[in-house]
Amino acid sequence: IPHLSSFSLGPGAGQDVGRSCILVSIAGKNVMLDCGMHMGYNDDRRFPDFSYITQNGRLTDFLDCVIISHFHLDHCGALPYFSEMVGYDGPIYMTHPTKAICPILLEDYRKITVDKKGETNFFTSQMIKDCMKKVVAVHLHQTVQVDEELEIKAYYAGHVLGAAMFQIKVGCESVVYTGDYNMTPDRHLGAAWIDKCRPDLLISESTYATTIRDSKRCRERDFLKKVHETVERGGKVLIPVFALGRAQELCILLETFWERMNLKAPIYFSTGLTEKANHYYKLFITWTNQKIRKTFVQRNMFEFKHIKAFDRAYADNPGPMVVFATPGMLHAGQSLQIFRKWAGNEKNMVIMPGYCVQGTVGHKILSGQRKLEMEGRQILEVKMQVEYMSFSAHADAKGIMQLIRQAEPRNVLLVHGEAKKMEFLKQKIEQEFHVNCYMPANGETTTIFTNPCIPVDISLGLLKRETAIGLLPDAKKPKLMHGTLIMKDNSFRLVSPEQALKELGLAEHQLRFTCRVHIQDPRKEHETGLRVYNHLKAILKDYSVQHLPDGSITVESILIQATAHSEDQGTKVLLVSWTYQDEELGSYLTSLLKKGLPQSTA
Amino acid sequence: RISQQQHEDLSAKKLRLAKPSKSAALHVDLCKAASPADALQHLLHFARRPVEAESVEGVVRILLEHYYKENDASVRLKIASLLGLLSKTAGFSPDCIMDDAINTLQNEKSHQVLAQLLDTLLVIGTKLTENPPVRMRLVEVACKHLTDSSHGVRNKCLQLIGCLGPVEKGVAKEAESQSAKDVQKIIGDHFSDQDPRVRTAAIKAMLQLHERGLKLHQAIYCQACKLLADDYEQVRSAAVQLIWVLSQLYPESIVPIPSSNEEIRLVDDAFGKICHMVSDGSWVVRVQAAKLLGSMQQVSSHFLEQTLDKKLMSDLRRKRTAHERAKELYSSGEFSSGRKWGDDAPKEEIDTGAVNLIESGACGAFVHGLEDEMYEVRIAAVEALCMLAQSSPSFAEKCLDFLVDMFNDEIEEVRLQSIHTMRKISNNITLREDQLDTVLAVLEDSSRDIREALHELLCCTNVSTKEGIHLALVELLKNLTKYPTDRESIWKCLKFLGSRHPTLVLPLVPELLSTHPFFDTPEPDMDDPAYIAVLVLIFNAAKSCPTMPALFSDHTFRHYAYLRDSLSHLVPPLRLPGRKLVSSPVSPSITPNEDPCQQFLHQSLERVYNLQHLDPQGVQELLEFTIRDLQRLGELQSELAGMADFTATYLQCQLLLIKALQEKLWNVAAPLYLKQNALASAAAKQILEETYKMEFMYSGVEGRQVVIIHHMRLQAKALQLIVTARTTRGAEPLFGMCEKFLQEVDSFQRCFISELPHMQGSFVDKLLDLMPRLVTSKPSEVVKILQTTLRQSTFLHLPLPEQLHRATATIIEPTGESDNPLRFTSGLVVALDVDATLEHVQDPQGTVKVQVLYPDGQAQLIHPKPADFRNPGPGRHRLITQVYLSHTAWTEPCQIEVRLLLAYNSNRSKAAKIPKSTWSDSMEALPPSENGIEGTIPFSKPVKVYIMPKPARR
Repeated sequence: IPHLSSFSLGPGAGQDVGRSCILVSIAGKNVMLDCGMHMGYNDDRRFPDFSYITQNGRLTDFLDCVIISHFHLDHCGALPYFSEMVGYDGPIYMTHPTKAICPILLEDYRKITVDKKGETNFFTSQMIKDCMKKVVAVHLHQTVQVDEELEIKAYYAGHVLGAAMFQIKVGCESVVYTGDYNMTPDRHLGAAWIDKCRPDLLISESTYATTIRDSKRCRERDFLKKVHETVERGGKVLIPVFALGRAQELCILLETFWERMNLKAPIYFSTGLTEKANHYYKLFITWTNQKIRKTFVQRNMFEFKHIKAFDRAYADNPGPMVVFATPGMLHAGQSLQIFRKWAGNEKNMVIMPGYCVQGTVGHKILSGQRKLEMEGRQILEVKMQVEYMSFSAHADAKGIMQLIRQAEPRNVLLVHGEAKKMEFLKQKIEQEFHVNCYMPANGETTTIFTNPCIPVDISLGLLKRETAIGLLPDAKKPKLMHGTLIMKDNSFRLVSPEQALKELGLAEHQLRFTCRVHIQDPRKEHETGLRVYNHLKAILKDYSVQHLPDGSITVESILIQATAHSEDQGTKVLLVSWTYQDEELGSYLTSLLKKGLPQSTA
Repeated sequence: RISQQQHEDLSAKKLRLAKPSKSAALHVDLCKAASPADALQHLLHFARRPVEAESVEGVVRILLEHYYKENDASVRLKIASLLGLLSKTAGFSPDCIMDDAINTLQNEKSHQVLAQLLDTLLVIGTKLTENPPVRMRLVEVACKHLTDSSHGVRNKCLQLIGCLGPVEKGVAKEAESQSAKDVQKIIGDHFSDQDPRVRTAAIKAMLQLHERGLKLHQAIYCQACKLLADDYEQVRSAAVQLIWVLSQLYPESIVPIPSSNEEIRLVDDAFGKICHMVSDGSWVVRVQAAKLLGSMQQVSSHFLEQTLDKKLMSDLRRKRTAHERAKELYSSGEFSSGRKWGDDAPKEEIDTGAVNLIESGACGAFVHGLEDEMYEVRIAAVEALCMLAQSSPSFAEKCLDFLVDMFNDEIEEVRLQSIHTMRKISNNITLREDQLDTVLAVLEDSSRDIREALHELLCCTNVSTKEGIHLALVELLKNLTKYPTDRESIWKCLKFLGSRHPTLVLPLVPELLSTHPFFDTPEPDMDDPAYIAVLVLIFNAAKSCPTMPALFSDHTFRHYAYLRDSLSHLVPPLRLPGRKLVSSPVSPSITPNEDPCQQFLHQSLERVYNLQHLDPQGVQELLEFTIRDLQRLGELQSELAGMADFTATYLQCQLLLIKALQEKLWNVAAPLYLKQNALASAAAKQILEETYKMEFMYSGVEGRQVVIIHHMRLQAKALQLIVTARTTRGAEPLFGMCEKFLQEVDSFQRCFISELPHMQGSFVDKLLDLMPRLVTSKPSEVVKILQTTLRQSTFLHLPLPEQLHRATATIIEPTGESDNPLRFTSGLVVALDVDATLEHVQDPQGTVKVQVLYPDGQAQLIHPKPADFRNPGPGRHRLITQVYLSHTAWTEPCQIEVRLLLAYNSNRSKAAKIPKSTWSDSMEALPPSENGIEGTIPFSKPVKVYIMPKPARR
């Protein structure tokens, strides 16, 4: 029975890097994956359109669970809005670190939008708290039973602390959602890993669908060398970062380098968010990479020896220093303040560790602008060195392919990327793995057909009896078995025919096939019988062929009788009769006999 | 009851065949056992004691008897395992019990017991490998049970076939021609078993067959390739090994590439497949794959080079790797500005069809391996890289960038490994400037291991430009100011750097010496280590560059003379034009290639040995001078230090002996001169000590030297005996001493019988002549004879071995300079980090100990763990350990002394040393005890550490 399972793509994501929100229907269960927001919009478009999910009726009734892959706002930013303002009371699943860090980010985001920009009709602090109460935290590789049929399991994804890939399974149908992941380890996190779970569908991000990246080491080395040289010269280094993720990676990188090289220049990171986040990194040491986990016994790597909290007054201190300051694009706040102070000195350096949106100071200086117009018609001349270093924690094209190879899915669906780039990757995936690949647009629904396997209980007796026939069971080849399938009370059972009869209270009927084969043979009946017997005996060496005293022949349980034709004495009629169970042998025998007997050599 | 009685009778009969006690006791125990648990207890108890080879058979029979009666599977299991254990007994041939063991298999229903029985058969089989029919029979039994439904049984069967299967084809045919079983086929069939454990066992069995010398069929290759995609990591891991084995067996065979008409060599195909496994999901497999790659040297070069290639792209456009960019910048003569954003902007468009994202080939295998999450994989990849690079110079050139990158790995072990690797392949490569830059940046590393490894690397690196040399020098000097303890290592490094690149150093000389064509520059400080470093570089370069000395200024020559004298191992002799040659004038008679120092050493020894007939006064003086000369020579010529010290010590012993025998004491009535005999007995004691030093502190001491040393020791003991005889009253104690001494002479004769002919006229030679007389005479007579022989004997020529080095140790940490006492609560312990370098110590794990001397005279001896010793280079070791100190409370901080000791054991032969097993033990005094069995030699300067145990607060 072909079974239909549809995976529909929900209100967000698709061919867009912005907000992630995917709706999956699998074997009657509805799961929402991620609940992200778009940072680029300030109006309604910022949140996914949840009316898409269900026009009438409550979301809680429709959705079985919500899964959040990691704490970036484009994956969890709309969560309080969704649960508190739109209204959802079902379970929300995320990993422990995500659960810990997510509210900090949400609160920070809320402060910026409400307190600074003065927007109303936004979720409140209380709403964030209420929302977090609905969250169920999961461990890596822990199978969580959402309800009787639906189960989910988290796998390590790298990317940021606590990022996870989720396997969603109903019966024998399963989907894996990767969220954002990273296949190459970095200084503080390991690489994503998944077992050969062979899901029906793999939903993968594809931010870098057309990129194969160079080794990370060169970039790290360049970064360290630049910082080192500047510090040795007595210059100051400013690294604008966002509070979480890259900031910690760079901190670890510099910390270990300072330790290794015995450097003395101070390193600072801006207080507030980063400090709080570092606290969680310290706690969730098991989620970090091998090196940090191994050295943890001696020392927690996140308890920085060389990196101290920054104070505004330090910016004017003489001598070299390195400062991590937020935000990352130099558009406001502390990083911009420090930048203005230091920009005039050519000994100093600013390192942009990520992409900058157009219009920000970061973008301007990266594109080579040396004179910046600041507020109040001030002209700021940038004499300090400007460097660009890309540290991205997404899987590149090779990484995506590697994950597909590991998981061996039957279908792949690409999200979170640009359409043109995804097209290339889709083609590659289909070509290399011979699986279907989909790349739905925003709001588009993709339906995937699966061949679900239906588990059937079999009695041990029957299994043993059937496996005893023939050779060893071979794992790779399907095996033919005889039995009776009973479908009763929503369960399937395979039992022996006798037991089925007994259970159903039916009497056994025997089904016999009879077939007549005409043979030209002028001899007597019993002689013909003897000839047939000899013939069969010669051919069927492995079977027991017997000649009974009444002239009939048995091959196993098949009966053959030779009689003379009533009209034509030269033709003998062979009556072949077999039971339904011996159908195979019976039909073989008839076809054998139809070919005629060999000319007697006697 | 009756049956039990019968059994007892039966066993009584058997007791005549075997040794009684045990088997009988066991039998009784087992019969009495009320429950299976009880029986199991008896068996467990029985298994703890060994059984003699003669009684094994009897025991086995009893066990088998119970086996058949036993209903409980766990007891049968234990019996089965005991059978295996018993058949292992040395001196027992298990063929007599084989039939019984096989018979037990017949009716066994429990899978576990079956598996255990097969294991027992395996043990029996391995003991009877010389017996092909037995093996054949066992293999057949195993084949029969291969159809068992339990994985454990199949597992064991395969193991058995692997270990015992016929390896020689001919023999197999003869013995079992009818079934003509091909073990490979049988095992191969189980490659597709449903249980992963059985699949693994099958592959392992196949590997076992290979190890035993069976040539595997090439057909297995296809099967093995399929196993690479198995779901289970242990299967994949084993399959990778099998593929590797096959690739070594049939490197040149041709295999088709699936889905195309092309064909490639098998070794290339296998290489590609193993490369593919470097990005496997399981790190165990990745380590395995990365390791094996290193040993696939027959692979074609273009496949090999692919492993370092990872085609980069960005938005579908080809991008150059940072390595390529660096290379280009270098060749265009520009330094990387690194300032532009988009410096790495992608260039040409890529044909989308041509990009292969998951390649079947070797593409980028090492790139992945070196970037792996687990450092085990990275280390394996670095090792493989090293092995491949050693065999292929072009690959070495290519992998350089990647190795250099590994210098910045987050794990020190990986960094160290990659530095060592680089050193190993350094004769194949020349470093580019940008690479050198990265390499040199590591010099600032705070780990001494890393820096030293890097110095070693720089010693054998080829640099292409003079800027490179300059850069290296500048960085090394930086290193020197940051870590002054690296001085020696840096100087050594510059020595080699200079001698390897004379022409590159030449143009740098004026700058380095800051000479000016017109002006006199101030004379640099001669004690500045940095200046010495520069001079070492220049002088070594000047050795093969005769034009260089022309650039030197006056003071440089003076400094040369000074350095040549004080750091002669770093500064080579130079021929300086127009100057008085500083190196000793070369006399025509000496062959030019012989070192004058060596010559001097031999000459002075010659002189001493010729002078044995002069009057004692003259001999003493000559000896004293020679000893002084030798000691000075040792200080000057580090490579001869071992030799010079060794001979000096020997002469010193001789001198002491002569002096002791000159004592007036011998002419006067004994008891009156107690004072003088102090000198003689002290001399005897010192000689003993010195001989131990000679024997155990030098590496390279050969048998001939050992004889002389032992001979000297014998003389010292004789001296001791004489002194005691003169100073003690009564013959009682003397009696024992004489006895002992004669025993020692006897054992000396036995040990060194082959050397005796070389010892004409020596003490022992004369002594042995007198032996019959000595044995029978009284102690007083013995002493008299000894005294005269000792005086008359000539002193022996000490032949010198080729290489002789004295074990030395330097404690780097603690430095002993700290004024801050180490405070701790008395009664508790405090850990003191000890870091020391050891040179020329053989078997440091067994011999080196740390001694801590407390101010109250208490001494503590600590035996460091074997893992605390590292071996950074031949003949060198580094000890990094923690010493735990503890003491009762003091009122003032006080200094303790820490030093290293070399433990020796005079009983052990040079070849087989038995290290002491105790971790630490306390000893009061150092000098070897009178019987001289064990002792220690201090071989490092003591370091003082300030400590302050405080009383515990209540």
